[in-house]
Amino acid sequence: MTTVAQETAKAIRPFRVDVPDEALAEMRRRIAATVWPERETVPDSSQGVPLATMQELARYWATDYDWRACEAKLNALPQFVTEIDGLDIHFIHVRSQHDNALPLVINHGWPGSVVEQLKIIDPLVNPTAHGASEGDAFHVVIPSMPGYGFSGKPTSTGWGPERMARAWAELMQRLGYPRYVAQGGDWGAFVVDQMGLQAPAGLLAVHTNMPATVPADVDRALLAGEPPPAGLSEEERLAYEQLVRTFQQVEYAKYMAARPQTLYGIADSPVGLAAWLLDHNDADGQPAAAVASALGRTTSTTGELTRDEILDNITLYWLTNTGVSASRLYWEYKGGFFNAKGVTIPVAVSVFPGEQYEAPRSWTERAYPQLIHYNRLDRGGHFAAWEQPHLFVDEIRAGFRSLRTLKIPEPRR
Amino acid sequence: MTAIAQDTGKAIRAFRADVPDGQLTDMRRRIDATRWPTRELVTDRSQGVQLATMQALCRYWTTEYDWRRCEAKLNALPQFVTEIDGVDIHFIHARSPHADALPLIMTHGWPGSVVELLETVGPLTDPTTNGGRAEDAFHLVLPSLPGYGFSGEPTELGWDVARVGQAWAELMRRLGYSRYVAQGGDVGAGVTDAMGRQAPEGLLGIHLNLLVTALGAQLPGDTEQERAALEAIATFRSSGFAYFLEQATRPQTIGYGLLDSPVALAAWMLDHDTDAYYKMSRAFVDGQPAGNLTRDHVLDNITLYWLTGTGASAARSYWESYGPDAPAAAAAAGQSPPPVSVPAAFTTFPGEIWRTPRSWAEQSYPTLAYFNEVDRGGHFAAWEEPEVFATEVQAAFRPLRAPQVPEPRR
Repeated sequence: MTTVAQETAKAIRPFRVDVPDEALAEMRRRIAATVWPERETVPDSSQGVPLATMQELARYWATDYDWRACEAKLNALPQFVTEIDGLDIHFIHVRSQHDNALPLVINHGWPGSVVEQLKIIDPLVNPTAHGASEGDAFHVVIPSMPGYGFSGKPTSTGWGPERMARAWAELMQRLGYPRYVAQGGDWGAFVVDQMGLQAPAGLLAVHTNMPATVPADVDRALLAGEPPPAGLSEEERLAYEQLVRTFQQVEYAKYMAARPQTLYGIADSPVGLAAWLLDHNDADGQPAAAVASALGRTTSTTGELTRDEILDNITLYWLTNTGVSASRLYWEYKGGFFNAKGVTIPVAVSVFPGEQYEAPRSWTERAYPQLIHYNRLDRGGHFAAWEQPHLFVDEIRAGFRSLRTLKIPEPRR
Repeated sequence: MTAIAQDTGKAIRAFRADVPDGQLTDMRRRIDATRWPTRELVTDRSQGVQLATMQALCRYWTTEYDWRRCEAKLNALPQFVTEIDGVDIHFIHARSPHADALPLIMTHGWPGSVVELLETVGPLTDPTTNGGRAEDAFHLVLPSLPGYGFSGEPTELGWDVARVGQAWAELMRRLGYSRYVAQGGDVGAGVTDAMGRQAPEGLLGIHLNLLVTALGAQLPGDTEQERAALEAIATFRSSGFAYFLEQATRPQTIGYGLLDSPVALAAWMLDHDTDAYYKMSRAFVDGQPAGNLTRDHVLDNITLYWLTGTGASAARSYWESYGPDAPAAAAAAGQSPPPVSVPAAFTTFPGEIWRTPRSWAEQSYPTLAYFNEVDRGGHFAAWEEPEVFATEVQAAFRPLRAPQVPEPRR
């Protein structure tokens, strides 16, 4: 590659979403032409996403749902694309007006996208408009993972969390941020754990809302389907039981880890895609109780998850045809799930009650020896930023606050 | 239910497949309008069904493939529907020209249907015109599993393989067969195994070509063959089991794509075991079918699922038989099933997911009266190698009929 080409590749190009009308018409046509299976034979969701749920969602999706509103929301934010490690990476980059703002890279997960993070951007960037102080301001960078949303789709293997972690470090460096922090949940949590392990120059700390804290002996017992090891505290035993439940609800993950390419239906059928994306669990159900209840919520003045937001995310997958490419991330990753990974840089942890498990403080302190923040919330779940944006923003501010006091010189007296 | 209603329910009604033209046109239109994912990132099947395979399959499906040929083949055989235990059961009933033929009920599996078994009808019912002997003839009953093909879809819970086994015993009784044998592979092996344990009156013996007990029991790994089989099972569990888990837990979720997208359905059905996948893939990509697994035969089966809209209901049969949330799982908890008490026969096909050693068949079936390993065929043995398969079924059941056929006086 010539120097010129390198420069071009490394260029940061502005990006706007502009889906052709025909793509939207075609999507609606397909939804309206759906061939439905018969109803499930159970009165609950134990066979999968219920037919009535899907039919109600499809009716709204094909008629009143407005993608252009989501597109406008995205385009109101500065978006860019830059090539990293051979792949175009799409990202939102919103700089705070406050010079001392802390640069923060936020990683979404599956079945998510940058759509999950839209409500937290302004409070993080512009805290004074949201009842917080200037000292809590962040410059926010939200990339789309490779194979997701408007990022490129990898054409060769290897794009697991380790490689993404390196790419995000390069992105922050390219944006001119010599010191920054990182945040993630779901796959984003895997990525920030990897960033923590790689400890690139400039990474001050990470915040995770799906911490990987399970001690090795507990993890072994879990995977072997054994009873919990002796000597667990009550809190730890509860976490063990929660993990047992979670591992009974991850067939979707096992499927994508084994056979992502076979999921032709999530490329060809909007309803097939929507059902697949909806069937992710949280502590209170599969599909996630927080998502299931949001399907009945048309508006929210308090930032709670709504039906439109859920369809924004699903529609983004549809329009970018990323169902299969996103699934391949599960195939790429061969490591453990909630086992402690050995991160030694400073880590902030928020424990939401609807998460896959509630990481006990004891395990968290062992997993992350430089624990700078640990808090248990009383609301919110697996999609914390999406479900409880106010709480989530408070957690990010509190999680990283100790880092700033060190950086910002005290005024002389 | 009144007596008249009961009679109507138990009636055996003639059946013909007759798909409206509009359905075929819509299917082709959908295939033509397929939106494809990007190509897999590997050069083998390790990420799933390969894009080139699917695209070759779809090209053939929309251009050269002719469902009417399959329909004619089905309709050339006597087909019926009868209601058993609340579900309409479709079946092919091919009686042998030989009056002394042994009645045989043969059960297909997933992702199969009666289509898998069609090429065995000739050799089994009419052996003399197929190079065999009249004494080896069978009256053949080929039912479609509940939720599969032209059978009805259960609307209530509890249709695990054991309940299907009971329904088959009722079917044979209703057909007037007081003595019969049963055969199955894949899910059909589960049904047939259950029948062997239920030992309904009149069931003389069973023949299996999949050792279903190997997925539950701890079987020994002492010999080289046993170790190889254990290794094959471990590989299957680690990389080939995902469809099984998904169907056993979330059949409705995967069902949406299977009902709405012909390509989704075809890929889901092609992605069974490694041996069968590559055989079917080669039929489309290289035009090199293995045995009887031709492009047309593979598509007959897939098209039957599409036209009957049974992707989700067939997947649900796994939820019923193997799912942790199903009533069957609760009922079976902590209980070991009764042993098979009728004579059992087993054939190992070399391309099967694991090659069952004789020792495992003996341990699983103390009544094992026949065991053989053949040199051709895989998981879809009847489909791929109908002659080899028919020869095995004949050999397996030959000892059971000897007492029935009076020796000619000399």
